[in-house]
Amino acid sequence: MPSWWWLLIEVLVKVVLVLVPLLTVAALLTWDERKQSALMQDRLGPNRANIGPFTLWGLIHPIADTLKLFFKEDIVPDRADKLLHALAPILALAPSLIVYCVIPFGPAVQIPGIGRPIALQVADLDAGLLFIFAISSLAVFGVALAGWASNNKFSLLGALRASAQMFSYEIVLGLAAVGVIVVFGSVRMSELVARQATPLWGGLPSWGILVQPLGFVLFMVAALAELKRSPFDVPEGESEIVAGFWTEYSGMRWGMFYVAEFVEVSVLSGLLVALFFGGYHIPGVDPGWALTGHTVAIPFTSHGLAIAGWGWGLLMMLAFGLKVIVGDVVLQQIRWTFPRFRYDQVMSLGWKMLLPLALLNVLVTGAIVIR
Amino acid sequence: MLVPYAGVALMIAVAIALAAVFLLGSIYLGPRAPNPVKSEPWECGTVSVGSVRRRFSVRFYLIALLFVVFDVEIVFLFPWAVLARELGWAGFSAMAVFVAVLGLGLAYVWKRGALEWE
Repeated sequence: MPSWWWLLIEVLVKVVLVLVPLLTVAALLTWDERKQSALMQDRLGPNRANIGPFTLWGLIHPIADTLKLFFKEDIVPDRADKLLHALAPILALAPSLIVYCVIPFGPAVQIPGIGRPIALQVADLDAGLLFIFAISSLAVFGVALAGWASNNKFSLLGALRASAQMFSYEIVLGLAAVGVIVVFGSVRMSELVARQATPLWGGLPSWGILVQPLGFVLFMVAALAELKRSPFDVPEGESEIVAGFWTEYSGMRWGMFYVAEFVEVSVLSGLLVALFFGGYHIPGVDPGWALTGHTVAIPFTSHGLAIAGWGWGLLMMLAFGLKVIVGDVVLQQIRWTFPRFRYDQVMSLGWKMLLPLALLNVLVTGAIVIR
Repeated sequence: MLVPYAGVALMIAVAIALAAVFLLGSIYLGPRAPNPVKSEPWECGTVSVGSVRRRFSVRFYLIALLFVVFDVEIVFLFPWAVLARELGWAGFSAMAVFVAVLGLGLAYVWKRGALEWE
């Protein structure tokens, strides 16, 4: 078979390897959201859905919910713009899935039987981080279109709030990332992760959170605002504007926004792990021990990465997954801990606090690195 | 090299196909029982008054304008960030002047009250 055919198979396998866990975790997060909030509010949470005698602590609920949403009436209001109303949930869900194709979920590995090393990353773009910003900002279109096409006052208000909020915090998000780029000197995701394995001092790895503490806080807050979840959930503040931009959505169209929200939680968690928590690296394990040490130019995908044996590769993939899930749970905890901001507070936090701090962070980081 | 973009292209195709399956599933699997009240815009049960397509606060527009300015600034910062070490103090001072100008811009916008929401 020609080599491009192998390339296609390789890429297809990796896409499945990313999307299946991503959507499974998103489904589990809908369960976790209800169980974790129940725990915090001294309730039991979902526990009724069952298959025969098995309820599995409510784990059947995500499956039951999916089936239910598919068989619900799909109501499109008379005054809505039919085409845009249908396009909006696609524009909300697709970008959040696409973003994951540049986040490395493992090192480059040597698998026995396959001649060349394989990078555990769907697409190793040289402008990886820029790609993430480009695609994730497309999510604004989904929200804005949903609000506009619904032709409902609450939807429009929610969409306006959401767009302005996402615009504002995207700036902070970008500036916080600039600090990380200055330190590691690359926008290629695989390089950003690989460079976090170098020792800092006292056996600590040079993880982003240690070399860019302020950048981490800024990135985290801005990303929470991008998620539009509590404490930044003014766009869908149910006590003020019903459900914001998704008021007029029902059935699986609504489900798509819902799934997108939880996929975005995992995307954010994956991004935080890749930029600030050493990606797939296992703390305490000397990278020189796990990786074979010599860097190899990997055909089609990468330009010189240290490669690992398949056993280590598997272990590091698990480490990445575990870190992402821990991140997910922490983000859920934040979502259920803090009350909602007022809209003017959201905006002044972004423009008057975080933006100047982010500019300062870039300057200070630059000065320290160049010294 | 464009080859890494094969992964991106496939990911985009699969993601859009997946979203389309969700949407089509929703359209074809669900029951249909339309009635005039159900198709009204949802406004907490009261009859909808007036049009939705009316004026909204100019602040949202202002934020969008400011976003363009500052987002372009970040795009200019990225190349410097990647090469910060190699460019040394010369690059840093040039960048610092650039950031300072935008900082002044932010201060001006702030002073003129464009960031106030009442």
